[in-house]
Amino acid sequence: MADIAQDGAPLISGRLSSLQDHVWRDGFLAAATWFLAAAISHFLPDVVVWGDTEAFALLTAIGGAVFLALAFAVPRLADKLRTLVHYGPWFVAIGIWLAVWELTTAKLGWLPKPFFSPPQGLLHVYLTDWDRLLICIAYTGRLWILGFSSGILAGFVAGVALGWSKRFAYWGMPILKLIGPVPASAWIPCTFFIFPSTFHASIFLVALASGIPVAILTAAGVGQVNKSFYDVARTLGASNRYLIFKVAVPASLPNVFVGLFMGLYYSFAVLVVAEMLGAKYGLGWYLQFNTAYSAYANVYAALIIMALICAGLVKLLFIVRERLLGWQKGII
Amino acid sequence: MNALARSVAPAQSLRLDIDDVSHEFDFGKSRLAVLSNISITIEPGEFVALLGPSGCGKSTLLRLAAGLEAPTRGAVLEDGRAITRPDPSRILVFQDATLFPWLTVWKNVATGLDARGILKDQEHRVDDILKLVKLDAFGDAYPHQLSGGMAQRVAIARALINDPKLLLLDEPFGKLDSLTRLKMQKELLQLWQRSGFTALLVTHDVEEALLLADRVIVFGDRPASIIADITVDKPHPRRRDDNALVALRQGLLEKLGVSHDV
Repeated sequence: MADIAQDGAPLISGRLSSLQDHVWRDGFLAAATWFLAAAISHFLPDVVVWGDTEAFALLTAIGGAVFLALAFAVPRLADKLRTLVHYGPWFVAIGIWLAVWELTTAKLGWLPKPFFSPPQGLLHVYLTDWDRLLICIAYTGRLWILGFSSGILAGFVAGVALGWSKRFAYWGMPILKLIGPVPASAWIPCTFFIFPSTFHASIFLVALASGIPVAILTAAGVGQVNKSFYDVARTLGASNRYLIFKVAVPASLPNVFVGLFMGLYYSFAVLVVAEMLGAKYGLGWYLQFNTAYSAYANVYAALIIMALICAGLVKLLFIVRERLLGWQKGII
Repeated sequence: MNALARSVAPAQSLRLDIDDVSHEFDFGKSRLAVLSNISITIEPGEFVALLGPSGCGKSTLLRLAAGLEAPTRGAVLEDGRAITRPDPSRILVFQDATLFPWLTVWKNVATGLDARGILKDQEHRVDDILKLVKLDAFGDAYPHQLSGGMAQRVAIARALINDPKLLLLDEPFGKLDSLTRLKMQKELLQLWQRSGFTALLVTHDVEEALLLADRVIVFGDRPASIIADITVDKPHPRRRDDNALVALRQGLLEKLGVSHDV
């Protein structure tokens, strides 16, 4: 907090310098930019009609008010709100971004309908189509959880086997390398035939996308384990089972997590394809459906939700990794 | 001290017979002979040091004795029985501590008990042995937080908790600074005197060999054969500047091809 205030010292006049310690400068600036966005939406007329102009103005004004309140509250609570302070410049930038975005789309019409939607257009989607979006999130959530969890489980088991057993690697590695680069959509004909329902086929596609990087990286991790670890464990009386589960697996866990992160991203990328298969709801389905109708505001609205969910899951995975790989601290 | 006495069972040792052993490495197209017709008998409780030029096959001999590899010809026997596979009664300590980086010090030491499924009943022994190597305050530390000497002490504790009858040491102090090395040599000697295992130490350090061992065996160039086998008949504690030891040292250095002047 103190050094953030000092950064701005040359910019603020001497008369205000006594205020520095009492005001969170970035919060103050964020409030200003958010109020600006609110003013632009409220006072300038819409060139293109998108709806919910006033709702957006109100929402950004509330945002501005919150930042204004925080600007005065933060110096007193600085220790508890460290993360908030850290992202201060981001809040300022988001305010500017919203203002410029609103101005160039709805207010000036430089970026035309339907390809570009102002933020108020997205808000309009959330306010009018929230029930359908919620159902879509639930459907996609079910598909993703089933697909991702079965995929990484199978990928991990296959990866350990490939990394451990020479015979397994002899047959498995070439197959894995062949099917790895095949795009998900290419699987659709086969999956239709093999699986009893399109839902199962969709799960398979998500599982495949998330499982393959986990399998490849786990195999590489198990294969790279320092051979002396095995020697030590064997002289200490370890069975093969112990070598696999207590030596090979923990030693390769850093690699496994790289695979998990890749699998997470791939699984999200494949959701759209997976939900091509006769799905009636789902974020991927929502994207396609609205793209077909050129309802790009809906597309952007759904994309933002997907991006936020994905970012949240990445964060969660980081926390799990921190737990399991705490021993790496200071090594990397 | 009762706890410490309990942690290392007394007078457990074995006789190691290396019976006309030759060993070759198979590199597919070529074969490399590393040991040729080696015969050594090590009595129970004896401390033997193995000296020799770099890459002469000393470490290979330890791996054979540990049961990690089988000799190409000849046999390695413990108390008359052929060694065919690794066993916790014969433990190898490497030049690198080779601690499992994902386990705490406590769990590293407990690995031998855990692998044999007897950790639950003998948890107290882990604490005892950590005390013995003066690392009881570091049970929850991870290996990367330890200094080289501490890590090597953990490795030795991890070996000793199995009550080995034979401790095989492959240049265990080779990477430590010289002060730490002196301390560790003393500690190793005390552990050996206390628990009475048979010890086979591979080292480059002639002084270390003379300070610790009852017998020093010198290997020639690869494929290694024995070029000297001398008995160090001096009671412990020994002094580095003891005249007899200095004389032995000169003799050994000459055998290793290093002149007096160095």
